[in-house]
Amino acid sequence: MDHHQCRHMLGSLSEYLDGTLEAELCAEIERHLSDCDNCRIVVDSLHKTISLYHISAEQVSVPDDVRERLFHRLELDDFINGSANEAQ
Amino acid sequence: MNSSKRVEDFSLDALRSGDRAEFALLVDAYYEMIYRLAIKMVNNPQDAEDILQETFIKAYRHLKNFDGRSSLSTWLYRIATNEALMFLRRQKPDTVSVDESLDTGEGEVEPLQIIDWSSLPEEELMSAEAQVYLDKAVGKLSPSLRVVFVLRDIQGLATRETAEVLDISETAVKTRLSRARLQLREELTSYYGERLRA
Repeated sequence: MDHHQCRHMLGSLSEYLDGTLEAELCAEIERHLSDCDNCRIVVDSLHKTISLYHISAEQVSVPDDVRERLFHRLELDDFINGSANEAQ
Repeated sequence: MNSSKRVEDFSLDALRSGDRAEFALLVDAYYEMIYRLAIKMVNNPQDAEDILQETFIKAYRHLKNFDGRSSLSTWLYRIATNEALMFLRRQKPDTVSVDESLDTGEGEVEPLQIIDWSSLPEEELMSAEAQVYLDKAVGKLSPSLRVVFVLRDIQGLATRETAEVLDISETAVKTRLSRARLQLREELTSYYGERLRA
């Protein structure tokens, strides 16, 4: 990638994909994309990158015993079985 | 557990006075959120658990000073990100600064690989092996980029809240997020490009 305009828009792509870029700059990027296959590939793969991480974030699970060890470390063992109010 | 509880859902007076029952409710509301942040920052379950525990130990110790100007989740995120960054600093002392300025010396990532892998089938993009690679790629980001990426794209915080957690400007958040995403795109292009050629 060495085209001046390709480099110029690189720093704006993240905000462009978030939908937070000014309308004028969006239009400029879209004009360029209609004419530049390489930049379109960069935008598509950047979009996919962000989306894959969003999906992977939803799949993080917390191991069952983490809560128990945390409550023990915090000396909150009295509250480990559910509602703290019940333990009062 | 309910991680959508807000500051008004807790009795700040009870928390500040050291009420254990109220603190247990706070822990239950937020421990999963903090664990997710930690595991993505350090990519190791044991270290993530240490960060989780230290975060709530520090939170309990400092609750009496919590002034309620930020939300409890922002305040907890701030403690947890500091813990995670300090952990990374201990691992590689020369590379981490919690207060790193905007000028990180890391210029815009220049795309080197132009390969259209985005139309690979979903099962290939999200295979178990690919997910391990996704996490490894995050670990290659410098801590100052990683923390912004994790808060924005993994935890789903807004730009303003990320700036508040890290005490940096919104412009700095946007710049670091852009660099992180471009660097990750490059990493994933190496990985998925190989699959495309296979």
